[in-house]
Amino acid sequence: MTTWPILSVVTFLPTVGALLVYLVRGDDKAAQRNVRWIALWTTLVTFAVSLLLVARFDPTQADFQFVEKAPWLANAITYHMGVDGISLPFVILTTALMPFCIVASWKSVKLRVGEYMMAFLILETLMVGTFSSLDLVLFYLFFEGGLIPMFLIIGIWGGPRRVYASFKFFLYTFLGSVLMLLAIMALYWNAGTTDIPTLMHAAVPRSLQIWAWLAFFASFAVKMPMWPVHTWLPDAHVEAPTAGSVILAAILLKMGGYGFLRFSLPMFPLASQYFAPLVFSLSVIAIIYTSLVALMQEDMKKLIAYSSVAHMGFVTMGIFAGTTQGVAGGVFQMISHGIVSGALFLCVGIVYDRMHTREIAAYGGLVNRMPLYALVFMVFTMANVGLPGTSGFVGEFMTLLGTFKVSLPTTVFATTGVILSAAYALWLYRKVVFGALVKPSLATIKDLTFRESLTLVPLVALTILFGVYPKPILDMSATSVQQLVNNYNTAVTAVKAAALTQ
Amino acid sequence: MIQAIVFLPLIGAVIAGVISVVGAHGRNPSGDEVEHHDDVHGHGGAPVGGDASVIHNPSHEPTAHDDHGHGHGDHVSEPPAVGSRAAELITTGLLLVSAALSWFMLYDVGFAHHDVRVALFPWITSGDLQVSWTLRVDALTAVMLVVVNTVSSLVHLYSIGYMDEDPNQPRFFGYLSLFTFAMLMLVTADNLVQLFFGWEGVGLASYLLIGFWYQRPSANAAAIKAFVVNRVGDFGFALGIFAVFMLIGSTDFETIFGAAPALTGKTINLFGWHPDALTLACLLLFTGAMGKSAQFLLHTWLPDAMEGPTPVSALIHAATMVTAGVFMVARLSPLFELAPDAQAFVMFIGGTTAFFAATIGLVQNDIKRIVAYSTCSQLGYMFVAMGAGAYSVGMFHLFTHAFFKALLFLGSGSVIYAMHHEQDIRNMGGLKDRIPFTYLVMVVGTLALTGFPLTAGYFSKDAIIESAFASHNPFATYGYLATVVAAGLTSFYSWRLIFKTFHGEPHDQEHYEAAHESPLTMLVPIGLLAVGSILAGFPFKEIFTGPHGVEEFFRESVKMNPHILEDMERMPYLLGLLPTLMMVIGFAVSWLFYIRRPYLPVELANQQPLLYKFLLNKWYFDELYDVIFVRPAKWIGRFLWKVGDGKIIDGLGPDGVSARVLDVTRSAVKLQTGYLYHYAFAMLIGVAGFITWFMFGVGG
Repeated sequence: MTTWPILSVVTFLPTVGALLVYLVRGDDKAAQRNVRWIALWTTLVTFAVSLLLVARFDPTQADFQFVEKAPWLANAITYHMGVDGISLPFVILTTALMPFCIVASWKSVKLRVGEYMMAFLILETLMVGTFSSLDLVLFYLFFEGGLIPMFLIIGIWGGPRRVYASFKFFLYTFLGSVLMLLAIMALYWNAGTTDIPTLMHAAVPRSLQIWAWLAFFASFAVKMPMWPVHTWLPDAHVEAPTAGSVILAAILLKMGGYGFLRFSLPMFPLASQYFAPLVFSLSVIAIIYTSLVALMQEDMKKLIAYSSVAHMGFVTMGIFAGTTQGVAGGVFQMISHGIVSGALFLCVGIVYDRMHTREIAAYGGLVNRMPLYALVFMVFTMANVGLPGTSGFVGEFMTLLGTFKVSLPTTVFATTGVILSAAYALWLYRKVVFGALVKPSLATIKDLTFRESLTLVPLVALTILFGVYPKPILDMSATSVQQLVNNYNTAVTAVKAAALTQ
Repeated sequence: MIQAIVFLPLIGAVIAGVISVVGAHGRNPSGDEVEHHDDVHGHGGAPVGGDASVIHNPSHEPTAHDDHGHGHGDHVSEPPAVGSRAAELITTGLLLVSAALSWFMLYDVGFAHHDVRVALFPWITSGDLQVSWTLRVDALTAVMLVVVNTVSSLVHLYSIGYMDEDPNQPRFFGYLSLFTFAMLMLVTADNLVQLFFGWEGVGLASYLLIGFWYQRPSANAAAIKAFVVNRVGDFGFALGIFAVFMLIGSTDFETIFGAAPALTGKTINLFGWHPDALTLACLLLFTGAMGKSAQFLLHTWLPDAMEGPTPVSALIHAATMVTAGVFMVARLSPLFELAPDAQAFVMFIGGTTAFFAATIGLVQNDIKRIVAYSTCSQLGYMFVAMGAGAYSVGMFHLFTHAFFKALLFLGSGSVIYAMHHEQDIRNMGGLKDRIPFTYLVMVVGTLALTGFPLTAGYFSKDAIIESAFASHNPFATYGYLATVVAAGLTSFYSWRLIFKTFHGEPHDQEHYEAAHESPLTMLVPIGLLAVGSILAGFPFKEIFTGPHGVEEFFRESVKMNPHILEDMERMPYLLGLLPTLMMVIGFAVSWLFYIRRPYLPVELANQQPLLYKFLLNKWYFDELYDVIFVRPAKWIGRFLWKVGDGKIIDGLGPDGVSARVLDVTRSAVKLQTGYLYHYAFAMLIGVAGFITWFMFGVGG
């Protein structure tokens, strides 16, 4: 049906854009303007093409679609691309959010604009590639390659403590990726292929499952990030420029969750089941621990970063519950969190651009001068709190509901997150937006500009749309999720049955 | 028709919201540049409008109560927002239409038996979880529709007068209509998840309205408190939904009620303890009701919620939202009827709240807080009826209470308005000559609240006390005694409010002389509510408390305890008079204390300082919660952040490692900005090495 490789086009179109940016010479005003427009158009066209994927996607099929396969390196490694209902939402999330990042950086980035835009465009290629590659080596390249532009974005355009932040980022992710590399080799030795669809149906011996699961877990848990390997995230967020934070929170974190769904659960079902209690414990700790920590933050970005860790706790919990609602809720929660946390970081960026501080205490009473901003921020705060009618609720509700029948104590503890999230999110809102505007530094602050509204209003619309009508995302992923859950349950019950007959 | 009833308020809310946002945005320029404050005046390019409001804002220091200021020469009032009138008329008009349709619906559903069920569109679908947006109207919902829309439309009307000098009217009316919409979604829910949507939606509206005067720190604190305490209840509610879904595999009411009888005796494993599944589910769901209806232990937010404008208190914190918990228990009556232990708990909490809140009400001095504690106490009454299995009786009190409590709040609002935002009854007195109409309706409201014979409250309250007496609940006697005693206390504090406000000598001459009757838009709604406070009782007595009337009217919408209504009729005659006697005693003591011998209460307070302080400080619940929840949470949060994240995780992990790495690299190379490229480069080398290994080592 597909006559041209849409998926590769979506993946590599941003790289073409990056090349164009590279060709723009000079660093004067005109060149900078050209660079911005090239970047914006590239991301917009990429998004438009990616919508073709949605239009042509058949949600009733559980198999991979838009598959492209070409021999590549040696005999074993192929260039194998394709998406199913689990990866497609992430591809769209990536392409959809990129234009917002470009627009958000329109004015705040004045230094080395060309390099900045190139880093973002290449990052887009790598992220889309991660979600759509069907070969382990290809996946690894994209997955790890994504770190490089992110390093650069934090390290060059970041805040004052960017050195420290990137060190931390590096140390954590490096450790994880080394282990994952070993696991990839082990899988190759076991099955003789690095083809993901083949591996998903290959039976992996239980002992190897355990080790491979742990190795993959190390990498994905850092990405997620799960407690206790989460401490790089607040620092990375704080130092990253606004658009960097948006990408980090909205998409890079989702690679961990995606990894669990693509590798851990289907390839190592026995190990997943074996380690589920561990994941549950870590998730619950993450939810309660980071929520409490968020309560005491003094920096807006740090608070939102900690709340991200808590929200990702719901995702890991739901995924490893292994129930339909848990897994589907995990996917939905990740998409929703991508929109909401991205938007929250944009909101912080807007006041940061004006005041050049993220200190909560430096604000107060913004509603008096910035009513539009107050409204938009309120919507995202409520989505962060998980108010029904916003997308934040659907994911949280489904993951908790899906976990309830698997582990009641986990659900009970995790549900306390709804109380704590209300406490820290509303506290932040009160300190920043409500109150009388008495600080002299804020006296001339002005409301959202047209450009800023352009970045936020569509996200408000999506937050409410998916809160009231989440069907598009749920339907897109339903068949693939169902198949994943069925395979998982079959594998687990088969082992149980075997144990009984012995 | 039901779509119109539910969505007209939403349309109003959206229109008012747009007017509000457009207007506010018009007054506040947009721009991403910030001039520094000290050079604003020297800056020729600074917009004039911006400057004006900069100077104005600090002067708008919101320490005072809301900024109406009639006749205060020194007060510079902010001009009302553009389109205020339009927003008022549109929202109020739509609400009036909605209210009229609701009354018709009550007739159509309750008496003509045309139940409605309209499926709108699917919401959350995943595997066997199928939740859709569906509007359901049966008799129970129809009663709520009438209560919600009637009170809401009257409050809208009243607010036109009450808020006339507030500069943010469109926002206020938008919030009010948004609240009404959420409340209507709550009462028309056909499944637990939609109920939860409305439940949290009214919570949001309540949060926004309590914090309506966002410049006041106390209002912000109260708003957050309300939201978070409600979330504690919702924590239980959500778990209850999960439990029901696990047991039954659906969240639709019909399916749940159909499957519930088969579940009796089933248990759930919770931390190795095996409670009865239905009891546990009901208790969890009831936790939500305790939060929303401000029951004992989760009541602390309600008195603070009085920070909101008075019409809000009348609508949300008296007549409608706080009764959502009662409605929920009635809606889920088929579940509660199967879980007698949960019912016992409901009655225990209800009785306790009825008594406990009344004791606090005895000594409060803020006119709105007295009424707030009274609301808390009356909600306790309703839960006593719920615990007794007399759901229709509880609904009866909900129905009558909506009228007289909204009346008392709006009447208090009229007093406050007349007194220029004085709320302390110690500074009032003698007002009956200045604002006679308000006085009259407040007396009517008080008569109804205290259960004076033939007023609305008389029928519903006595029915509750009878139901407590007649029920076979383990806490029946407790519930009965608590409600009887509370009846006396209610009478005392209600009359105390009337006597101190309207009788005796004026305590603040200046305010007294400036006091004036409110405008017609305020007097008409309270007049109508006063009529309702008298007429809502007798004509509806049969359909709410008569065994045949209930069966005919409510039919399947609530599942009553099969014998309770007949048993109530066999109440000994003399015991039936007891509540009325208590009312008379309460009135007499109040009259003695505040009219005949005004020095008595002071002496009593001096004789019993401990008891007085205990009551005045609301049984020290706020202080207790601060010590056992708020402070530890903050302390643990800081500890986990500084020690957990900072010292342990970072110290042992990245910081420790990176410190070593840094030591090594520092001596090797001068670390400059280029160091990141080193890592990026190292990474690429690694990847290249890996591929090489694959190509030549393994693959080849």
